[in-house]
Amino acid sequence: MSASDDQQTDATPGAAGPGEPGTGTGTPSRRALLGWGGAGLALGAAAAGGTVAALGGGDETATAAASGSAVPFHGVHQAGVATAVQDRLHFAAFDVKTKDRAELVQLLKDWTRAAERMTAGLPVGEGAFGGLAEAPPDDTGEALGLKPSRLTLTIGFGPSLFTKDRFGLEGRRPKGLAELPKFSGDNLDPARSGGDLCVQACADDPQVAVHAIRNLARIGFGTVAVRWSQLGFGKTSSTTPDAQTPRNLFGFKDGTRNIAGTDAPALEKHVWVAQKDGPAWLAGGSYLVARRIRMNVETWDRTSLQEQEDIFGRDKGKGAPVGKANERDEPFLPAMLPTSHVRLAHPNSNGGARMLRRGYSFTDGTDGLGRLDAGLFFLAYQRDIDKGFVPVQRSLARDDLNEYIQHVGSALFAVPPGVRDTDDWWGRALFS
Amino acid sequence: MRVRLSVATATAVAAALAAVTGCAEKADDKAGDGGAIKVTAKDDSCEVSKKEFAAGHVQLDIENKGGKVTEVYILFPDDRIVTERENIGPGTKARLTAEVKSGSYEIACKPGMKGDGIRQKVTATGGKAVERSPEMDAAVAGYRKYVQAQADETLPKAKVFTDAVKAGDIEAAKKAYAESRIGWERTEPVAESFGDIDPKVDLREDGVEKGQKWTGWHRLEKSLWQDKKLGPADTALADTLIKDLTVWQKKVGTAEITPTSMANGAKELLDEVATGKVTGEEERYSHTDLVDFKANVEGAQTSYELLKPVASKNDPKLVAELDKQFAALNTLLDKYRKDKTTYVFASYDTVGKDQRKELSDGVNALAEPLSKLAAAVVK
Repeated sequence: MSASDDQQTDATPGAAGPGEPGTGTGTPSRRALLGWGGAGLALGAAAAGGTVAALGGGDETATAAASGSAVPFHGVHQAGVATAVQDRLHFAAFDVKTKDRAELVQLLKDWTRAAERMTAGLPVGEGAFGGLAEAPPDDTGEALGLKPSRLTLTIGFGPSLFTKDRFGLEGRRPKGLAELPKFSGDNLDPARSGGDLCVQACADDPQVAVHAIRNLARIGFGTVAVRWSQLGFGKTSSTTPDAQTPRNLFGFKDGTRNIAGTDAPALEKHVWVAQKDGPAWLAGGSYLVARRIRMNVETWDRTSLQEQEDIFGRDKGKGAPVGKANERDEPFLPAMLPTSHVRLAHPNSNGGARMLRRGYSFTDGTDGLGRLDAGLFFLAYQRDIDKGFVPVQRSLARDDLNEYIQHVGSALFAVPPGVRDTDDWWGRALFS
Repeated sequence: MRVRLSVATATAVAAALAAVTGCAEKADDKAGDGGAIKVTAKDDSCEVSKKEFAAGHVQLDIENKGGKVTEVYILFPDDRIVTERENIGPGTKARLTAEVKSGSYEIACKPGMKGDGIRQKVTATGGKAVERSPEMDAAVAGYRKYVQAQADETLPKAKVFTDAVKAGDIEAAKKAYAESRIGWERTEPVAESFGDIDPKVDLREDGVEKGQKWTGWHRLEKSLWQDKKLGPADTALADTLIKDLTVWQKKVGTAEITPTSMANGAKELLDEVATGKVTGEEERYSHTDLVDFKANVEGAQTSYELLKPVASKNDPKLVAELDKQFAALNTLLDKYRKDKTTYVFASYDTVGKDQRKELSDGVNALAEPLSKLAAAVVK
């Protein structure tokens, strides 16, 4: 389905969910509650950004979701990248309206402080009630009484933010942060593409994710404006390979061999931008590609099972690759059609390209023609766009799946490293 | 949502006014002559026999010694009417009574029944004085004057519009339509506080309830732009509109206005823009939404400017932000008219999706800080 479906990994499945070397939010993480702090830290900085260190425990993700625990906001990397994928998404792209750099910086500081509170399950500012009767409350209130629900908020900076004569950032623009090339079959809607900033809100409770974006948008009115946003459900790939692989809206298991959030070597190699990659402000960060991929579910549903399986290169029941018995069996590419999705997306067909995906299914009702407006909201993190998304997407130009999908929205962001502590803020290294 | 609130407010106001003003006829026999205040109204003066009196039941014995018909008011310092008596002919006497709390008031005579009148400051003493900040009183009085002026100026413009409708002159009526609504749109939250007038004059087709007759501007808008013909029914609608607007003009001076209602009214005007104008729903046939848009912003800005002396003491940062955002939105709106001295704006059906988004962003940028104005005023 996605540009990089079924990427192979050389990591041993089993370590699900990274530990987060968070510093002093005052909020006990699930890890801390379990007494796994040491284990989490032992995974090292590379594995940061996640929540539960569930070494070998396949049901830990589910347990964490049920517990509604908080994911530490502070750390070397931003939470929400290698963090075990939550169930729900609200993703928003913003245009920066102000021309004043100081105002933008102030917004990033205000957003950081609000994000610290919301990810800890606390209301924004002075809360949702009990204040002045004549004034609207600081917090909108719909998350009152709900658990933190593993909410993570992850910020990214779009290429347009670095445009000359805007905020003086042109010299700090990462080389990799160019507009994506035009891909075959793209039918991109500008109103669903681009953005100066993005915030990815993931949580196990959709109301918690929506609350977070809504409150950040509210804080930002006048400085930024929402350009587009997308709700997602039913994570379509897992960063916890021992958990059951979710299915996409075509009914196929998707993301079987995604990079695990605990696979430190793979994260170092494929996801986190290194100091030597440059620029310095992005070290410890990553590049995010967001694509709204519309799926023509009605025509897909009228396609024979054989054709469906041929298109993916996997069996629909277990998710086993062609000719194999189980989902996690190593795919034998020559056995698949040359135009099958898995074969074209496989790292072996793309010079070893790999990404960490955290895409979600979406439905936005129907499209006025009675067709389900649905698909995959593809989100992938990588160290290098030219070695990650671009070659895989080019390779997928021949994909048989293209008859049933269309890329209708696209955006690219540089995701800065984590917020270290309560004095730090989103993008400090970029703006300082 | 606001309409419902406003109806509740209107009921509360009616109750409050009833409690304070009392009824002249009923009170007549109770008033002792000793306590009465004599008001001598002439064409150029308004004398009162005492400027300090006991709070509670107050009686005014009025004599019009001038040559013009006059009216006499007792007013709160913010210009709100405590009670009034109209049509006091030359050489006649009248009596006016009211229940007043301790505090400052004004007695005004209006020879010719026009303008602000000739005023005397008076004080009711005893009991607990009502605390009022002079700055806030000034803001409310200024706004009350604005609201009245808008109503006064609207009526002749509305008549130009309805006369054209009655004459069957579609082109002239179309031309006069948007401008006839400006005063109303500038002060809509106050007009809405009289729950019954708003639905009569400004209802949109989708707001018509079962069994309700659709009257007002938008019904005529449909005749002009959609049906493209005028008939006897429209003549009747035109007369009804003038009748209803005249009631508004008479009532508007009695509206309950407070600094917080001014602040929240300003925000409500932006809400109007955000929900009705930006989407093009308000003027779906004539596409004159940008005229309403501008009028809403002007009304909000007037409220804000009047409250600024108070707000800037309590929250200078907010005031700076509001100044900036009002200016930005006005600049954006000016892109849609060639001549800033007129209200000839681009037809909203020519405003593209991206431009509407830009307008919507501008409204959000202003409305969010504007929602904090009430807090800055009462802090």
